[in-house]
Amino acid sequence: MTRALTLLRHRLVGSIFVLLIVIIGTFLLLEAAPGDAVDAYIVSTGGDAGMIELLRHRWGLDQSELTRLANYLWALLHLDLGQSVTFSRPIRDVILERLPNTLLLMVSATALSFGLGSALGIYAGARPGSARDRFVSIGSLALYAVPGFWLGLVLIVIFAVDLRWLPIGGIETLASDKAGLDRAADIATHLVLPVSALGFIYLALYLRMMRAGMAEAWRQDFVLAARARGLSRRRIVLAHVARNALLPLVTMLGLQSAQMLGGSVVIESVFSVPGLGRLAQEAVAARDTPLLLGIILVSAVLVIFINLAVDIAYVFLDPRVGASEAGA
Amino acid sequence: MSGFTISRRTMLAGSAMLLASTAMPTLGLAQTPKKGGRLVLAADSEPRNLNPAIVASNGVFFISSKIVETLAEASFDGKDGLAPRLAVGWEGTADGLSVTFKLREGVKWHDGKPFTSADVAFSALQIWKPLQNLGRTVFKDLSTVDTPDDLTAVFKFAKPTPFQLIRNALPALSSVVPKHIYEVGKIEDNPANTAPIGTGPFKFGEYKAGQYYRLTRNSDYWGKDEPYLDEIIYQVLPDRTSAASALEAEEIQLAAFSAVPLADLDRISKVPGLKVITKGYEGLTYQLVVEINHRRKELADVKVRQAIAHAIDKDFVVKTVFLGYAATATGPVPKNDPQFYTADVPTYAFDVAKANALLDEAGYKKGADGNRFSLKLLPAPYFNETKQFGDYLRQALAAIGIDAQLVNNDSAAHIKAVYTDHAFDLAVGPPVFRGDPAISTTILVQSGIPDGVPFSNQGGYKNDALDALIAKASETLDTSARTELYKEFQKEVAADLPLINVAEWSFVSVARDAVGNIANNPRWAVSNWADTYLAG
Repeated sequence: MTRALTLLRHRLVGSIFVLLIVIIGTFLLLEAAPGDAVDAYIVSTGGDAGMIELLRHRWGLDQSELTRLANYLWALLHLDLGQSVTFSRPIRDVILERLPNTLLLMVSATALSFGLGSALGIYAGARPGSARDRFVSIGSLALYAVPGFWLGLVLIVIFAVDLRWLPIGGIETLASDKAGLDRAADIATHLVLPVSALGFIYLALYLRMMRAGMAEAWRQDFVLAARARGLSRRRIVLAHVARNALLPLVTMLGLQSAQMLGGSVVIESVFSVPGLGRLAQEAVAARDTPLLLGIILVSAVLVIFINLAVDIAYVFLDPRVGASEAGA
Repeated sequence: MSGFTISRRTMLAGSAMLLASTAMPTLGLAQTPKKGGRLVLAADSEPRNLNPAIVASNGVFFISSKIVETLAEASFDGKDGLAPRLAVGWEGTADGLSVTFKLREGVKWHDGKPFTSADVAFSALQIWKPLQNLGRTVFKDLSTVDTPDDLTAVFKFAKPTPFQLIRNALPALSSVVPKHIYEVGKIEDNPANTAPIGTGPFKFGEYKAGQYYRLTRNSDYWGKDEPYLDEIIYQVLPDRTSAASALEAEEIQLAAFSAVPLADLDRISKVPGLKVITKGYEGLTYQLVVEINHRRKELADVKVRQAIAHAIDKDFVVKTVFLGYAATATGPVPKNDPQFYTADVPTYAFDVAKANALLDEAGYKKGADGNRFSLKLLPAPYFNETKQFGDYLRQALAAIGIDAQLVNNDSAAHIKAVYTDHAFDLAVGPPVFRGDPAISTTILVQSGIPDGVPFSNQGGYKNDALDALIAKASETLDTSARTELYKEFQKEVAADLPLINVAEWSFVSVARDAVGNIANNPRWAVSNWADTYLAG
């Protein structure tokens, strides 16, 4: 337990610096982009010089970059994410409204790609070089090569437009006043297509890692020993080979969470899911700097925590990890 | 009905598209209007400020025109192209110093309070004049609004203001909001800006960011037996392909403002139960314009500008970029405008040889590489069509020895580059014609506009004769004399080419056959939809 705590302390201190770098970097990047929030706003309205000046003043854009960055960081110290200029609402509220949808999408898609990916990996890796191994490997690779938006569109055309089995998008039926289990079932129905589109793409990654890990494990002495002890093939595959191949997949899970957040931008647009990815895209287009900073901050915290969880899981799965970290 | 679908399909296939569509709403009237039902339609953007009195833009009107009404709405057959809404009569004095509005009786706000002339006075003086994007110009000389009784509002102007301009501005600029709600606190921060309260046929229900807006029936509406619909739901569909799929899957019944891309219209018009409608946007005409930076010495020469005009094949642009859903342009007023348009202006036929000759004459001979000079070309990213025309223009310019380098930006960056930094030589823009040249058209060529004003002359163009013409028209009170001046204006612009008008386009709606009374006024998509219904 102390090993885990030491690790936690080390990581948290490091994370604060990571977050600070992420914030300042994003701020500068967005400042470097031509045009500000007022420029983005007047695209749809027009307006004379007086109105533009008024808007810049109201949104605090007449202050210098440094002042704005300092103000932002100062507010952040007080756990205040600020006010969104495009939504005229507290950024915390705007993000909290979208975060559950993105988390739901990410967790379900990760569960799908990890679960199905490793299961198929075991299936293929149980008999390396067999026909089923080749079929599964090539199939998953083909899926990996497909662009996410295209897969999404094809799923929509087949299952929503032609067969009409599933809704074409959204997170739930609009203005339906559903509640409780009914609503949960409704959301689940809406998630099937986006989760498949997002999950199937990353499936190949877990599958191939699992398969490669198993191929490696087959050559180990303990497999030979297990065979010599007369264990069934099934038991050897599951308890010895697959279990040893699982460890790198856990690492991948942590790394993959960041990529999933990126991939969800596209999937959320195609399936009209009101999530964080789409919000980020809108924030960039509207040059809503504080909103984008808020989203990046929340995403960064999310990724840091997932990786921390993975590291802690490692401590329990593999005793060597914590020992070296704590000793360092 | 199926026989009709087939014949329509055949008609739509050809270039008779525009003609065919005008006949369709009449055919639609065969259905009997029915009460009730929920209309679900596609929305591609989410305006945050829904107060049309502050933000007079089509994106805001699309939703809020059903909740907040104007004094008058555009009409195909009404006098001066107007139909009464909150005002039942309007009259201007000959000196241009006063306009009297007679208001509708028995109108109630959504919160039950009565609508009176005090609301009109408050909206005009506290919102349209100081805060509204367009009203700041049109109502700049409005000094007071007298309210002799609850149903009369008299607008007094400090300087003579043409009544024709005020009349033409009514459909877009005269949204009336309740005084009793807005007189408390800062107008810009009023909660009613995001949950509007009006007099319209529908009340604001709820907004779920990223998902939908819900409007519900106003059972106290002043229109007899109106509205027909119980609910309107705007479903937010950010992806360009979603609207077409949602229509086909019968999840939505209407996609307005060309939410279905032009390229998909041919296919979707063949889907049984769906109709493609090009009518109902006559009052919302967008103009495809080549904006010119006259600070470039080559472009300051009118011969070079004429050469560029001759190099553009407008028919090809209409056919290829707009797939026929547009018309070629002759000048700064669109052909479909009933009051001001004149065809009697200098025109520039597509003629590459003549363009080349003009450039030779101007002294810009082709170099060894076949190029005369290079230009930076910035197509506005707001529409697919403006981007595609940018690609076309690059090729058209190459044919006359001008090497155009395309610079693609997103919206905010484009606005800044063109209108603030002037970092362009040519730009492609889509200005809107709003029923009167004085609202947002003369500003495109007039000189003396401060830097940073979007959709205005930021190309450094200065023509004293044209400026004088614009100034004179702005203070000419007689309607026919004023109209004549704007015809002069069109001639002068077409002759000197401060910018090049290429085409004019409006939007296309796709709806299920059940949706009735579509496109029955020139600003249908942004009107109140009190009579829109869903047939059983």
